[in-house]
Formats: sequence, C-alpha cells, structure tokens
Amino acid sequence: MMFIRAYVFFLGVLATLFLGWAALTFIPGIQIKEIKPLPGLKPYTEQELRGRAIYIREGCVYCHSQQTRPEGFGVDQRRGWGRPSVPGDYVYDRPHLLGTMRTGPDLFNIGARQPSEDWHLIHLYNPRATSPGSIMPPYPWLFEEAEEAPEEFYRMQGKRVVPVPEQFKPKGKVVIATQEALDLVAYLLSLNHTYPVKAER
Amino acid sequence: MKSDHSIPGTEEAPELSYRILSDTSSSAPVIVFFTSAVVWLLVGTVFGLIASFKFNFPDWLGNIPALTFGRVRPAHLNSVIYGWASLGIAGLYVWLTARLCQTEVHWRRLLYISAILWNAGVLYGVVSILGGHSQGIEWLEFPKGAQTLIAMASVLLSLSILRTFYGRRVKHIYVSLWYILASVIWFPILYVIANLPFYSGVTQAAVNWWYAHNLLTVWVTPAGLAAAYYFIPKVIGRPIHSYYLSLLGFWSFALFYNWNGIHHLIGGPLPTWLISVSIVASVLMFIPVITVAINHHMTMVGHFGKLRYSPTLRFVVFGAMCYTAVSFQGSIQALRSFNEITHFTHYTVGHAHLGLYAFFTMSIFGAIYYIMPRLTKWEWPYPVLIKFHFWLVALGITLYVISMTVGGFIQGLYMNDPSHPFMDSVQVTKPYLMARSVAGVVILIGHLFFIYLFYLMIKRKGVKRVTPPWYEKAEEYVR
Repeated sequence: MMFIRAYVFFLGVLATLFLGWAALTFIPGIQIKEIKPLPGLKPYTEQELRGRAIYIREGCVYCHSQQTRPEGFGVDQRRGWGRPSVPGDYVYDRPHLLGTMRTGPDLFNIGARQPSEDWHLIHLYNPRATSPGSIMPPYPWLFEEAEEAPEEFYRMQGKRVVPVPEQFKPKGKVVIATQEALDLVAYLLSLNHTYPVKAER
Repeated sequence: MKSDHSIPGTEEAPELSYRILSDTSSSAPVIVFFTSAVVWLLVGTVFGLIASFKFNFPDWLGNIPALTFGRVRPAHLNSVIYGWASLGIAGLYVWLTARLCQTEVHWRRLLYISAILWNAGVLYGVVSILGGHSQGIEWLEFPKGAQTLIAMASVLLSLSILRTFYGRRVKHIYVSLWYILASVIWFPILYVIANLPFYSGVTQAAVNWWYAHNLLTVWVTPAGLAAAYYFIPKVIGRPIHSYYLSLLGFWSFALFYNWNGIHHLIGGPLPTWLISVSIVASVLMFIPVITVAINHHMTMVGHFGKLRYSPTLRFVVFGAMCYTAVSFQGSIQALRSFNEITHFTHYTVGHAHLGLYAFFTMSIFGAIYYIMPRLTKWEWPYPVLIKFHFWLVALGITLYVISMTVGGFIQGLYMNDPSHPFMDSVQVTKPYLMARSVAGVVILIGHLFFIYLFYLMIKRKGVKRVTPPWYEKAEEYVR
C-alpha cells in the first residue's frame, strides 16, 4: 500500500461490504416488503406451526426445497409441482425454508400432490414402505409401538394407528402416531399453494 | 512503536529480533487456536462421514434422533466452518499479523478470552443442533446464545489484530495483511447483520444466502489467499511477481465477491434483477481470480521442483490451484443455463468441498506445517507421515469432488427430464454417493495422521530433528 493510507484502506473495505449489503439485502428488502400475502394464502394454524418446528428440528430443508421454478427453467411445471412460487407465498414463513437441495422432491405443494394423512405417516415411519428405493431417513421417534389390538381399541383412546404394511412393522405390534407426527403431517398437508396469483403485480 | 527489543546476537539484523519477538508472543495464543481447530476438524470429519454413510444406508443409526441426517449434516457444516476453519483462521491471522507488522502480539488476553468464547459457542451450537434446537437457517443454525458467543469472540480477535497492526514497525503493508485486515473488519459486521432478528419470508432467504456466500468472501477466502501470498514467496525465497496485480486482485475481489450470494436462489421467487445482479457479479469474479492466479503462477514459475521438498509449499500450492479451479467453476455455475441443471443437486456439494477443502483446508494445513515448528521450537518428527497426510487427503478430496460433480450433474439431467420419474434422479446418484463415502474414509485416515503429528508437535515428542521436514535432501534449493 504505497499510495493510500491505512484509513483510506479501511474506509474502502467498509464501503465494499456496505455496497453489497445495500444492493443485495436492503433494497430488495424494501421492494419485497410492499408485497402483501396472496389472498389465497392462509396463516399457519397453531398445529401447523408446531409441525413446522419439527420440520426444522429434523432438518428436512437439507433435502427438500419449497420453491417451484417457472416454465422454461427446469421442469417443475411439467412434473405438476405447481405454478412458480412468488414472494407473496412466503409472507408467513419465519424462518424461511426455501431450501437449495432436491435430494428429495420439492414440497411446495406436497399437501395438494399427496393429500393422504396415512401415506405421510407411513412414509415418515419408514420411507421405503411407501417409496421403494428412497434414501430418506426414517423417523421412528415420532411414533410409538403398542400391543396388537383392533384399531377401534386405540381409536377409543384417541390414538391414531398407522396402517404400516406388514413387512415394515415390528412383529406383533401396532404403530401409533405421536402428537409430533400428527403435527408434522398437518404442516406438510398445509403446503398447498394451488390458489391463483392474480393479485400479484 | 518502540524498537528497543533487541535480542543478543541480532544487533546487526533487527528483523531477526522482531521475528523472534513476534513468534514468541504469538506462540501461546496461536497454539490454543490451532489445537482447538484440530479438535473441531476431527469432530467435523466424523459428522461428515456419518452424514455421508446415511445416504448409502438410510436406516443406519435410524432410531437415534440426535444422529438423524437432518441434524448431523448441519452439525458437520457448523463444526468445520465455525470450529475448524474459523479457529484455524484465527491462529493464522494472529501469527501472520505479528510477523508482517514485525511486532509482538498486542492484547493477548483478549485472544485467550476469544478462544474460550469461540469454542464454547461452537460446542453449545453443535450440541443444540444435535438436540433439535436449530434455527433452521442454513449456515446460521446455531441458537442465538451460541451466535452471541461467537460474535463476541470474533470482535475480541479483531480488536487484538487491529491493535497489533497499530503497533506495527513496518512502513510497507504486505498483501497478506490487506486480506487479514479487511477480513477482521468484515466478518464481525457480516455475522451480526445476518443474525439480526427482523427478517422473514424471501427477504430472509436473500439475507441468508448473501451471508452464507459472504462468509467465504470475508472469512475463508481471505485466509486462504493470505496464506498463499505469504507462504509461496516465503518458501521459494523470491518476491511476489507483481504488486500491481495484487492490488487489482484485492480490490476487485472486495468489490465483486460480496455481490455473489443470491446466485444460490436462481430460479427462486425473488426479484429477477436481484438474481441477475448476483450472476453478473459472479462472472466478474473472473477478474480477481485470474489476477491472483497469474500472480501466484508467475511467482512459482521455475520453482515447481520445490514442491518435491517442502510440505508447506505442496499444500499451499495445491490450495492455490484449487482456488482458481473452484472460482472458475463457481462463475460458470452461476450462469442460468448451467445452474438450471446443477442447482438442487450434489454438484453444489462438490463445489463447496472444492472450495472449503481443496482450497481452504489444504492451505491451512500448509500454514500449520510452517507455523508450528516456529512456535514449539520442535521440528515435525516424521516427514513420511506428512507425506501420507498429503496424499491421502489430496486423493480423497479429488475422488470426493469428482464423484459429486459427475454424480450431481447426472442427477440434474435426470431431474430436468420429465420422462424420468423423480425417483430416477435419486437412484442414479447412489454409486456416486458410495464413492463419496469412500473418499470421506480416505480423508479421515489422512486427518488421523495429521492429528497424530500435531499431537507430537504440541508434546514435543517423537524423533528430535534439527532440520525442517524436507521430504528429500534439498540443500541445493534451500538456504
């Protein structure tokens, strides 16, 4: 640094960081702030928020995105994963869960694509029971095992028996969903952004 | 700025006495930083390996919540970034600043507090993630408490380094020091801004990726480059090729790099202009990268033979070459047509490891091989183990990057072909994911050699040697 004094250097260094911050987060932040939630978007219910916390806790975001790409950029449209997502879809998302990985499929519209609660419960208990070849981890701690008994017996106690196929079930037991599993599935089913975007500018 | 620290026998060469002074004063804090960094390296490698094997055997350790993939993966990332990388950087910065300012380390007590807070923060953070208390934002998973500890630690580190710089005895400020000074100013600011609690929705996504990519801009890359700029000329004994190229490289780096982050969200629900700006900045990165590459290459020209002898040079030059490679790859990867294929795939993971491992970690290894003997007054006892370390990690990371790059690209092609069900894009990656696990095992074995050597250095054990750990007789090359 033959020509510039140390303080000029420090000012320059601060300026470059500040410029990047202003351009990439501050200005878009102002632009995005004007965006209202889309009319079809509902705030999460309390149960869905509890499920969302479990989604975060178990790190689902590391393999599943929640953003759909427009036609002409990837094939999300042709896979039927739903219209391209827009900022107005995410107004209630805190923290955001856009994700950057698709080791598994996008979940932006999983609630519409796979509306069966049973399917989701079985899948979470053992992904290979519904999706052969899947490399998703199982989440057995979201479930309890109980003695084999008719489903009505557990239903009377307010417990949800998961119809896990025979070969994936512990011998002589039934699998019962915990409240956490039900919350998580409620959140997954809430991921349904099939309403129109018309109000968007 | 006193200069009366004369050491007997160095009256004729004050630089020598300054060097002894700076090494003596930096010894304890730098050893503390490096030792804890190495512990986190081991922890992080093990987490990484567990995460990798989970792709191959998804039911393995399947009923331990703390070891589910979605917790081990962020535990890996955070322990290598905030543990290994950050503490390694801290050690490098403290040592190099004192050396380049020809002075003693000032405010050493702050450094010890910083090391304690930093380690406590990472430990608390990693345990929280495993216990299910992640904040859920990539690269910012640590709970607020852990982030506060790390933020304080980084401020203390910066204060000590700036104070040492203020007490400098030199007029000329060497290139490496530009990167260090910029880095210690940028990092605490960036870290605090990113952790402010008032973002949500897509704004938060923008801040998230502005931060995550900038962590490389302000923290990891400057450290790797500072090491390359210092150790390459130092070991081969000739000045850096061009001062002006260094200047151009630094300022274009500072200007363009921190506009890159939003290229992580190409095709996402953000304003198009914003993504385009990041793509343009990513392509502009060719300027600092080519500048630095030319500068380092021209410095090395005619001296490549010395790679046979010096472990430091071998690691650092490997790192510097990978910096060029990973930056070129990054610029190309940011182009829409290319990103359409590679986004959302393991290709990105390969890119991340080319940068953070093949460039950064290799450079830090090189730095540690140079610095440690000067702090402990003990030469690396077994050069052959350094050789094992080098070849294992070099081959391991090469296999890693190739398998993720090829596998990820194919994964992307399948993902973007609607005639294939999505599951095909999972199936097709399986052999590559297995190759990645093998690479991970090889890297872990390499790390065990390194950690053993490092332990011997700390304890001053093993064969007592009087010469540096040159691989072969190299007197004709080295004075």
